[in-house]
Amino acid sequence: MFRYILKRLLIALITLWIIVTITFVLMVSVPGSPFNSEQTSNEAIQANLEAHYNLDKPYHIQYLLYLKSIATLDLGPSIKQPSQTVNDLLGRGFPISFELGMVTIIVAVISGILLGILSALRHNGIIDYLAMGFAVLGISIPNFILATFLIQQLAVNLKIFPVATWSSPMHMVLPVIALATGPMAIIARLTRSSMLEVLTQDYIKMARAKGLSPWKITIKHALRNALMPVVTIMGTLLAGILTGTFVIEQIFAIPGMGKYFVESVNQRDYPVIMGTTVFYSAFLIFMLLLVDIAYGILDPRIKLHKKEGGEG
Amino acid sequence: MDRILEVNDLHVHFSTYGGTVQAVRGVSFHLNRGETLAIVGESGCGKSVTSNAIMGLIPSPSGKIVNGSILFKGEDLTKFPEKKMRTIRGVDISMIFQDPMTALNPTLTIGTQLMEGLIQHKKVSAKEAEKRAIEMMELVGIPNPKERLKHYPHQFSGGMRQRIVIAIALICEPELLIADEPTTALDVTIQAQILELFGEIQEKTGVSIILITHDLGVVAKIADRIAVMYAGKIIETGTKRDIFYRPQHPYTKGLLHSVPRLDERGELEPIDGTPPDLFSPPIGCPFTARCPLAMEVCNKVYPATSSLSETHQVNCWLQDERAKQLLAAAASK
Repeated sequence: MFRYILKRLLIALITLWIIVTITFVLMVSVPGSPFNSEQTSNEAIQANLEAHYNLDKPYHIQYLLYLKSIATLDLGPSIKQPSQTVNDLLGRGFPISFELGMVTIIVAVISGILLGILSALRHNGIIDYLAMGFAVLGISIPNFILATFLIQQLAVNLKIFPVATWSSPMHMVLPVIALATGPMAIIARLTRSSMLEVLTQDYIKMARAKGLSPWKITIKHALRNALMPVVTIMGTLLAGILTGTFVIEQIFAIPGMGKYFVESVNQRDYPVIMGTTVFYSAFLIFMLLLVDIAYGILDPRIKLHKKEGGEG
Repeated sequence: MDRILEVNDLHVHFSTYGGTVQAVRGVSFHLNRGETLAIVGESGCGKSVTSNAIMGLIPSPSGKIVNGSILFKGEDLTKFPEKKMRTIRGVDISMIFQDPMTALNPTLTIGTQLMEGLIQHKKVSAKEAEKRAIEMMELVGIPNPKERLKHYPHQFSGGMRQRIVIAIALICEPELLIADEPTTALDVTIQAQILELFGEIQEKTGVSIILITHDLGVVAKIADRIAVMYAGKIIETGTKRDIFYRPQHPYTKGLLHSVPRLDERGELEPIDGTPPDLFSPPIGCPFTARCPLAMEVCNKVYPATSSLSETHQVNCWLQDERAKQLLAAAASK
């Protein structure tokens, strides 16, 4: 297990390096620079600024300097907000985005799995049709549309929830619903189809033949096997939720990472672009590692390490 | 003799999009305590449905027992609600499934799968359950049982898995064991071992066994009595001797002829044709279309049960006195 994780971490570092490189290349190939806004400043000042941020150096030097700054975990200053470093921005924005993302994932996973189980157990019943109809809606409606609809109906018209910002659990409800509906629908459909398949397996019949209660059969025998496909798509869903937060944060004016990320691209704030990208990539790679480890825990047939072989 | 199970005029129907399938059409048989009854027939003849009906495992709502009774120790199981059936399943009546590769849950250790029934029904402590599980593993011949309890199904071979499935079925000391094609998925040498195991277990525990199979070799080895099923009906029953040496029904004869024999040269004789469609089964004898001795009457009326001896019953028009006379006359010519 330990060796496996070590190996994966090593691969993660390489992946991260590739991401950094690609981001760097994309960034320098996009026209414009942080300093050519409309209020054209004096050329001498511009040259000074560029020298200060090492932007006058050849690309390969900039690239190496950047690699060095990542290696030392000091992501440098923000060009547009000179009083703050990228680390400051991440430290302030990430906890909020993380909270939103995690609550969303928990809501999506729990409600999605429950809905999936329920429809599978009531296969072709009214609950099944309702749940799956709901799931189709959830998958088809983009989260930013759902977000504006929720704001209009529940916040503006009915005044149940606050319209925007981030300060109390009540503020969390609408963005979490908007973000969680899509993933929840996907998880529900996946859980349902995989439950339906598992429920026809011989070992379920065998569990019934043992005289176990339906509840026990569902939870102990069926669900664990049915969750494998759900765990598989968790990685992709995580990525979806994380990037989804960027848009949702904009709509609900949540001071998370999304704002900095989008603004930094528009303003060519190079250190912030690189910093947020690297940080998000690292986070995502780490989550995918967790998913793979969960895989091995759920299904003993999947071995994370080659040492202990089973007997025939 | 003490009858542990008595099935009377059992009818099981399945509703499908194509119509109603009459899978079991008036099956009656009984099982004495401590004996092994084999139900023999080709695929789709309703033998597995019969065994599932006894277990109360007919998939609802598509499948339904429309008529008949299943008396287990005098009580009619078809009248039991699902909740009460759960206290019978795995405790008084156990079942062994065909394919040991899929009958065990791949994500649970075999210890868990062995013990869960026991813990649920007999309310024993985990420690006691483990002790009992180890005993069962020893009984079915799995070496090193204490350690093996912690292993997962994929760490066992097919034969070993079937032994575990048998151990699971027997752990609550059931009085009736239904084995649905228990050796079909195993290779021949393992088959012999498993069949021997059945014999040993019956000797040690006195459990009554219903063996569902299409393999007459398996039947010859362990059955006391045999019921031959065709198109949802039992067409002939008898002791092993009756069926193997004095088969009466042309279908039974055909089955016996289509088994390869080591002591005889010559070609195998297959039974021509296919079983009837159970969406609309024939009103007469279902075997008529394939029967070499079919008569006009066979198509129209289902033959009554004739008893050749106390143990040997058959449903065939050839048992009618007039048919017998004609056949004798034809033979003497």
